[in-house]
Amino acid sequence: MHRRDFLAATGLAMGGGVLPSFLGRAIAAEELQSTLDVAVKKRLADAALNAAKSAGATYCDVRVGRYMRQFVITREANVQNVVNTESLGTGIRVIADGAWGFAATNEMTVEAVAKAASLATAIAKANAKTQTAPVRLAPTPGVGEVAWKTPIVKNAMAVPLKDKVDLLLGVNAAAQAAGANYVNSMLFLVNEQKYFASTDGSYIDQDVHRIWAPMTVTAIDKASGKFRTREGLSAPMGMGFEYLDGNTKDKFVSPNGVVNYGLSYDMKEDAIAAAKQAQAKLKAPSVKPGKYDLVLDPSHTWLTIHESVGHPLELDRVLGYEANYAGTSFVTLDKVKQRFQYGSPAVSIVADKLQPGSLGAVGYDDEGVKTKKWDLIRDGKLVDLEAIRDQAQILGKSASDGCCYADSWSSVQFQRMPNVSLEPGKTKQSVADMIGGVENGIYIVGDGSFSIDQQRYNAQFGGQLFYEIKNGKLGQQIEDVAYQIRTPEFWNACVGVCDASDYRMGGSFFDGKGQPAQVSTVSHGSSTARFNGINVINTARSLG
Amino acid sequence: MAIFTEAEARALLTRVVALSKADECTAELTGSIDGNVRFALNAISTSGIVANTDLAVQVAFGKRVGTATINSFDDASLERVVRRAEDLARLAPENPEFVPAVAKQAYTPTNTFSQSTADITPDYRARVASDSIAACKAQKLVAAGFLQDGQSFVAFANSKGNFGYQRSSGLDYTCTVRSEDGRGSGWVGRNVQDANAFVPATDIRTAARKAAGSVDARALEPGKYTVILEPAAAAGLIGFMFNFFGAREADEGRSFLSKKGGGNKVGEQVFDPRVNIYADPAHPEAPALPWDGDGLPRSRLQIVRDGKIASLDYSRYWAQKQGKPATASPGNIIMAGGTKSTADLVRGTQKGILVTRTWYIRMVDPQTVLLTGLTRDGTFYIENGEIKYPLKNFRFNESPVIMLNNIDELGKPVRVKGDESDTIMMLPPMRLRDFTFTSLSDAV
Repeated sequence: MHRRDFLAATGLAMGGGVLPSFLGRAIAAEELQSTLDVAVKKRLADAALNAAKSAGATYCDVRVGRYMRQFVITREANVQNVVNTESLGTGIRVIADGAWGFAATNEMTVEAVAKAASLATAIAKANAKTQTAPVRLAPTPGVGEVAWKTPIVKNAMAVPLKDKVDLLLGVNAAAQAAGANYVNSMLFLVNEQKYFASTDGSYIDQDVHRIWAPMTVTAIDKASGKFRTREGLSAPMGMGFEYLDGNTKDKFVSPNGVVNYGLSYDMKEDAIAAAKQAQAKLKAPSVKPGKYDLVLDPSHTWLTIHESVGHPLELDRVLGYEANYAGTSFVTLDKVKQRFQYGSPAVSIVADKLQPGSLGAVGYDDEGVKTKKWDLIRDGKLVDLEAIRDQAQILGKSASDGCCYADSWSSVQFQRMPNVSLEPGKTKQSVADMIGGVENGIYIVGDGSFSIDQQRYNAQFGGQLFYEIKNGKLGQQIEDVAYQIRTPEFWNACVGVCDASDYRMGGSFFDGKGQPAQVSTVSHGSSTARFNGINVINTARSLG
Repeated sequence: MAIFTEAEARALLTRVVALSKADECTAELTGSIDGNVRFALNAISTSGIVANTDLAVQVAFGKRVGTATINSFDDASLERVVRRAEDLARLAPENPEFVPAVAKQAYTPTNTFSQSTADITPDYRARVASDSIAACKAQKLVAAGFLQDGQSFVAFANSKGNFGYQRSSGLDYTCTVRSEDGRGSGWVGRNVQDANAFVPATDIRTAARKAAGSVDARALEPGKYTVILEPAAAAGLIGFMFNFFGAREADEGRSFLSKKGGGNKVGEQVFDPRVNIYADPAHPEAPALPWDGDGLPRSRLQIVRDGKIASLDYSRYWAQKQGKPATASPGNIIMAGGTKSTADLVRGTQKGILVTRTWYIRMVDPQTVLLTGLTRDGTFYIENGEIKYPLKNFRFNESPVIMLNNIDELGKPVRVKGDESDTIMMLPPMRLRDFTFTSLSDAV
């Protein structure tokens, strides 16, 4: 589940009010730049490891987490809210008598974490009584004392608030000057300071940074009562404030002049384009439903990859552990063994926790496994799934894939989607080359509406911008487009992917899974890709 | 101390408000104890208890606002949280839409707390899970479910002498039951305030019956059909629509409730005349807190009367700007209906489709509130008043606004909560004409 309604759900956009408790406490902006002394974290971790072992645990891992977030929320000329939050505490997971136990505390004392470790061990022993088979943990080597940091250039938390407010209000003013009736824009900055220690002999200190700068530009035709929005074409990234530098070399201009962005975003330029395109949407003709060849920009394709490949290949879903909420999967263990034809030979999809700039990039996952890149679909055939330490043996693997994550020190870590991306085509092909070969198609930019069933077969996607393609040429902007797919048929209809020079990432800050629900962040890369004969519906309705 | 008494909360909040040197100060103390158990593949997978108490302090200097929170309550901590809020307020840009804290109010308490729910033990949760599992195992079915229960309190005070305190409780149970071969799936959801009203044995029978009965589903061509939406299936669509009842968005011309040429649709016929929807914090089956997030007192508020828009949701800022009275945001959604159960509606149906549950509902077009989503865990064909056979799931593209103009009959409202919303609703099962299914799904 990719969540879109985070701001509405938390009320953050309303200004003031009480923070949702998972964000922790509100702090002053200067505190966002501080870090905890690694020696303090090690002392807490050792206290927990020792207490768990003394209580009879055969395995223990400790996560001392400090989660910092900053939100700057604006509309037109107003700053609606500025919120800085910190959530600090320790989560301890153990295996005792073959079962998992977990406890967490926000008290940063040796006594409190030792007590939580003992409690986690007692819970594990209680859980063992109803357990049918003991937990089997794939081995992972202890790595000693190591550190990893997102390779940022500018720490966003250190940029003065005034600069951030000036940036957003400047963006809003530019959009309004270009014809927007309303603009909502925000900055959402994250720094996860995570310290992991385990009885395997690892002490891993990680400093993870993420940035997101979404906006919504609205155009209104008062006389007809019609309104249209255009969302920003940025992506949430695993980067620092340098993402907002707007470097020209990271711009990707499509044959009809639509500007997309790679590892650098020009928010003001995009706001001006958004205002013009939102106005154009008010006058754009409605799509004629039918079968079309779709040419999908990476700013759109990420969400289709997320829903129709990333989720169905999660091993816990395949096995049935998520049946009551997120759902199961049409993929089975047999389909992996049989090398199921998931897509056409043009489709190779990789999981990658190393990719620079991506949301999922870390040195080690939340159970101390060194991260890696691995094949999920190779030349159209399904070759692997996503698994963590206690699942690896189910797939006959000797090691975890390193994709375990918890959204807080107080949440239990579990299997989460790594970055899952479509590999670029191996032969040279530009977007213009690809469009040149399409007789009757639609070019889609940006992500829009999205929905998929609980086994990940039937999905429907919208977008931000739609352009007709007739006889190899891009034509007018059209509206009311959504396409419906059956997952394997869609990926088998992929007839080409542009080369690596067009490769970009999109992603989500709010991928939801589990009960109680946890959110995760994940990126999905691709180059522009073509899918033939896809069913397009018209979404215009009349309320009379 | 997760749950404070009223006297304890009042004493603490009075101290906090007195500590502030700002132009105004509002302090809110909240606490909760939540328990849960999760099960899947006929085994308990996780269980836990989380207790939490938080104090939030919001202060203002002129139009500059700062908020800080803390979860320790000694004198030094209270002093620190107030000073931190004041520091943040001094640094904050002016908010031109700032509205001062509410004046002293008189709230009428509502019955949102049941001791039986607060008394739930880990043993109770384990029993609900193991009883659900045992009932399914006996029929060669596979259960996956989640039980979440909790008690909480909220208390607040401000520098204008306003104060409120109330306790709440709630229990939410969902269970998905699948056949061993994965060809059938059923579901049940139950939301209650009073745990005594929860009978898991009855609920699990419903889910198991639907799982066994949905094997060998047949495919029906997508198109427009008469449907019966069970209240839980209607909740996803109707709850979604109420995200768009804001007066400001309507007045700004960016809502389905905006009027051509400007203004909003208050007083206009938007739904079938049989549609009556209101909010009422004192509703006996779905009570809500007697105040909203800003501290405005809630009372019974008609939202839709005889299909016409009776009121929109005005923020305090927008009410002031538009010269309208500020009313509290609704705490629940109560839709009136008839007296018939879902089974009664099925008996009165010539040809139609029964929908147990709707899933992954997202906005397609805000202009018309066109939503897309899927049916799930029990979709059946009805002929001559009887369930004839299970159907493959459908994707729908439908607007709740259009849907509530195509009413055939409304049944007796029951308490429900949506998959992705915490709002408690009373919704009737509803038989609707011309509900739009646009494709088939192979998902079970």
